[in-house]
Amino acid sequence: MTTADYERNMVLATDTDYKVIGTRPVRHDGADKVTGRAIYGADFDAAGLLHGKILRSPHAHAKIVSIDTSKAEKLDGVKAVVTSKDFPEVGNQWLKDNILASDKALYVGQAIVGVAASNPHVAESALGLIDVEYEVLTPVLTTQEAMATNASILHDSLTTEELGKDTGVVSNVASHTQHVKGDISKGFAEADVVVEREYNTKTVHQGYIEPHNATALWSPDGRLHVWCSTQGSFVVRDSLAELLDMPVSMVRVTPTEIGGGFGGKIPIYLEPVAALLSRKTGAPVKIVMSRKETFEASGPTPGSQIKIKIGAKHDGTITAAYAWMAMEAGAYPGSPVGAAVQCVFSTYDVENSTIDGFDVVVNKPKTAAYRAPGAPNAAFGAEQAINELAEKLGMDPIELRLKNVATEGTRRPDGPVFGRIGAKEVLEAMRDHPHYQSAKAEGTGRGISIGFWFNIGFDSACNIAVNKDGSVNLTEGSTDIGGSRTSIAMHAAEVLGIPVEDVRPSVVDTDTIGFTAVTGGSRTTFATGWAAYEAAQDVKKQCIDRAAIIWDVDANNLQMEDGVISSQSDSELKMTFKELAEQLSDTGGGISGSASVNPSGVGGSFAGNIADVSVDPDTGKTTVERFTCVQDVGKAIHPSYVEGQMQGGSVQGIGWALNEEYFMNDEGTMTNSSLLDYRMPTSLDLPMIDTVIVEVANPGHPFGVRGVGEANIVPPTPALANAIYDATGKRMTSLPMSPGAIQSADAE
Amino acid sequence: MPGKTYVQTTINGEHVDFLCEPRQSLLECLRDEIGLTGTKEGCNDGNCGACTVNIDGRIVTSCLVLGVEAEGANIETIEGVADGSNLHPLQLAFLENAALQCGICTPGFIISSKALLEQNPNPTEHEIRFWLANNLCRCTGYDKIVRAVQDAAKRLQEA
Amino acid sequence: MKWIDFEKPNTVEDAVKLLSDSGGNARAMAGGTDLIVMLRVGHPRVNPDVVVDIKSIPELNELSYDANKGLTVGAAVECYKIYGDDNVNSHFSALNDSATLIGGTQIQGRASFGGNLCNAAPSGDSIPNMIAHRAVATITGPSGTREVPVEDICTGPGQTSIESDELLISINFPSNGAGFGANYIRFIPRNEMDIAVAGVGASVTIEDGKFTSARVSLASVAPTPLLVEEAGEALVGQPVSEGAIQKAADLAKAAAKPISDMRGTADYRKHLCDVLTRRALTTAVERAQGAS
Repeated sequence: MTTADYERNMVLATDTDYKVIGTRPVRHDGADKVTGRAIYGADFDAAGLLHGKILRSPHAHAKIVSIDTSKAEKLDGVKAVVTSKDFPEVGNQWLKDNILASDKALYVGQAIVGVAASNPHVAESALGLIDVEYEVLTPVLTTQEAMATNASILHDSLTTEELGKDTGVVSNVASHTQHVKGDISKGFAEADVVVEREYNTKTVHQGYIEPHNATALWSPDGRLHVWCSTQGSFVVRDSLAELLDMPVSMVRVTPTEIGGGFGGKIPIYLEPVAALLSRKTGAPVKIVMSRKETFEASGPTPGSQIKIKIGAKHDGTITAAYAWMAMEAGAYPGSPVGAAVQCVFSTYDVENSTIDGFDVVVNKPKTAAYRAPGAPNAAFGAEQAINELAEKLGMDPIELRLKNVATEGTRRPDGPVFGRIGAKEVLEAMRDHPHYQSAKAEGTGRGISIGFWFNIGFDSACNIAVNKDGSVNLTEGSTDIGGSRTSIAMHAAEVLGIPVEDVRPSVVDTDTIGFTAVTGGSRTTFATGWAAYEAAQDVKKQCIDRAAIIWDVDANNLQMEDGVISSQSDSELKMTFKELAEQLSDTGGGISGSASVNPSGVGGSFAGNIADVSVDPDTGKTTVERFTCVQDVGKAIHPSYVEGQMQGGSVQGIGWALNEEYFMNDEGTMTNSSLLDYRMPTSLDLPMIDTVIVEVANPGHPFGVRGVGEANIVPPTPALANAIYDATGKRMTSLPMSPGAIQSADAE
Repeated sequence: MPGKTYVQTTINGEHVDFLCEPRQSLLECLRDEIGLTGTKEGCNDGNCGACTVNIDGRIVTSCLVLGVEAEGANIETIEGVADGSNLHPLQLAFLENAALQCGICTPGFIISSKALLEQNPNPTEHEIRFWLANNLCRCTGYDKIVRAVQDAAKRLQEA
Repeated sequence: MKWIDFEKPNTVEDAVKLLSDSGGNARAMAGGTDLIVMLRVGHPRVNPDVVVDIKSIPELNELSYDANKGLTVGAAVECYKIYGDDNVNSHFSALNDSATLIGGTQIQGRASFGGNLCNAAPSGDSIPNMIAHRAVATITGPSGTREVPVEDICTGPGQTSIESDELLISINFPSNGAGFGANYIRFIPRNEMDIAVAGVGASVTIEDGKFTSARVSLASVAPTPLLVEEAGEALVGQPVSEGAIQKAADLAKAAAKPISDMRGTADYRKHLCDVLTRRALTTAVERAQGAS
């Protein structure tokens, strides 16, 4: 593992000449974050703060017969105890049960009772005084177990929805969805070569370093104020309002700084419990999860069972593709299989395809989003099958992909027709990269893969107020997890023609900004950046109007470029944005611009990997020797942060590929719920991660942005599987490809 | 009712005394008793490194130190790394190399890296990766962190 | 965490008195990297009411070398002091194989070989190395001081032959003659910050191309770190060869009685005993032959 001495980042740039977009300024919240001054959720303090702890189920599947909290309530220092009975009777019962279980515990770690006390140690001691009587039931831990005919049933009220229709049949299968394009029996009949295999993946966690946290204060005036690390303050607000049966306007959520999320900090867990405890005590209540609780009681991404069949002609034309995917939803319906079916074959232009998806409940924590949720599971199967096909056809795996690659106008297997996309450009950049062009080192294997994520748009709001010194205050509602304050501010700076340092971005609470959806779906720079673009256009227009007043000319003759307002007809009339800012008070008051958007021009993103590995023949241990990530990002607003997303997603994928898994015992307890035994990559486990930013501008965004956060986690698991196969001759069809698994596997 | 213990320390060059229960970790004391919340909790069992502080010249995970053990100790936390309003070269290097995304692990990485550069001013990539293996980062994949430490080493040597 | 009392004695006598007065509810703490975690989770077996910090006791901080007495490592000496010590580096460099891989840099600032031994985890990375070095533990209790070979300390997972009123003072490593070499290696899925799936400590003494003594000790494949005497005995008298080393590796593999858990299956662990014993002995031989 040595620092690469080759060109590590080739930007295949769009040719638009921007002043701010594409530069690499230091983030606005940077100084706070390198000096320890940034306030994250667990850092929040308030006068009279109480500390909450949660009693959790030790059983994966059990009826809750009775709960006796009387002894705990009498412990000195205990201020309040809450159970599911403290929720209003209305609202979604499953959502409430995942916060505090009522009649059944459906996974180890599910919350049962909340306690608030004067300090966290007392609250913890109180948990030991609570008696919960359980009737233990047989746990169901995999899709195979859950779909078996005699399976233990999680929910008596859950009936299978079959292709959109309720069957009325009680089972653990929440739904079966299907996408059909063309006729696969015809397609397979035309195929000269067919590859067919089953793949399995385990539950894995997002692994953010900051555990979940929440502080709530239920004020005597009836308003609830919550401070927490969340990817979406408005999601927290709306969920709380639903669960607690109050208008959304009675809830105010202040997002603190957040220590990673990757999708896992979209749902709420602690917030309602802290709120109920605060209502009972009148004091602010803070709850912070331990690491063990974070593993057991948040929302990992599911284990899955995937069958792939692909057929092609001798010339490499794929004639048919079939996928059968069952994914663990966890305790309540809602696995990411719905996203997986949209991604599994979308890289390719395939005439005949059928995709079956099953959403299956099991006795594990309710899954949440994790970076391109569902797509890595699907790609682990599909992208290995494509490589196998290439081998059987005697084709280079990139050339086979290029022969079948989806382009503008291709209809995806799930229906939508692609606009301008960069799959082909990503594959070409991979093919032409010095990494792929170089000879493999002795004893190493090389694998490649490509992955797709569709990205989302959704609502975003932004306000911009002009200061008299020529700077602007920008307020927005998107949690900043990786520098998005700055990438959003760069949109405004570009429009206004001012340095990005003169934009002061703030992420504000739900009382202070218009509705903004989650930081997720690779949407933040795309959608909130767009809101900033529109708000800046609003400011720009008002600036021109003010200059028209000052000069007493027709505003239609004026323009504002590079921060200077000028007249098209009179070259004498010139004023900088800063000069204008000083005169606002005299010309009608300050200028504020605002915008709310829900953009539909989302451009999907493709990412590809080239991975070289060596595998110790005695121990089966894989070392990643060289790794290159290529991604079409549309337009890189801040290339350093784009590279960071690509590298981070790649490494999460590497961890998923090689070692990460929820190791469950037969009773359904995760036996490796620590950062010692849940083996995320350390710095010593990795090479430098080289990045190639491909820029195929998205016509659906003013600067061409696609969204960069997720597609990069899709290709690593199959790229490494393909590399391990190349090194060892072993086709690894289950994740993780841990040393023991590789050592005991047979070569093909 | 058992009592609290009086502990006298030096933190970031200033005399600091505090009261704590023996069961409280140094991490809890720093955050909850002293108000220095820059030191973060990620796992509370010594495996993530987010709570790294320097005690008497050695880096340790403060979740695995009892507050009462800090009696007489000289402790450096992230709040003491900058020289007044001048950021330390490591802090500048982390910012300019985009070596943080969410930032929760950053205080631990800076404290660890500072101790490394104090004893090994020109570490190799492998030495950096080995030294920092007790500091987990889930956002960056470490590439930019390694580069930032290399960059800081260069800045410190040129200074 | 439940309430604990904290004591910090300055002498062995005071420490032993605190331990014996507590009726089994006190426990000595050096770096605390295991003990504090166990207290925090309310460990079923190790959950004392009194924590006795032994880091102020001079004897427990001793790190000294004498050609006749060998190397003395006080029970509280942190790993970083071991691998930073000139005598260790000159005469017992194989101890660094363990000292540099217990935890990460931060843990090595606190953790000690003494604590690793008293914690008695089957996976304790310093214990097979101590056993391979024929180390002897010095233990003091109310009735005096005794010396016990390290291989006789661990009696089960987390259990030792050190009584609850006794204190581990130090670990002594006898001096090695010419032709001595040792090595500890473990297998972990990551490259750091991991628990040994299996580990092997090995030592050899070679004279005129033949093994004159050898020891093999295993981690993580039995309820305690395991001394595989037959593996060492099989080497004694044999010329150095791959075949002899493989024979010892076969014996080590046969002696392993691992369980299957989240860190590895029993079969895989037995397989690793073979691989790692071969590798550890090969390195020990190289070191023996390289040492003048």
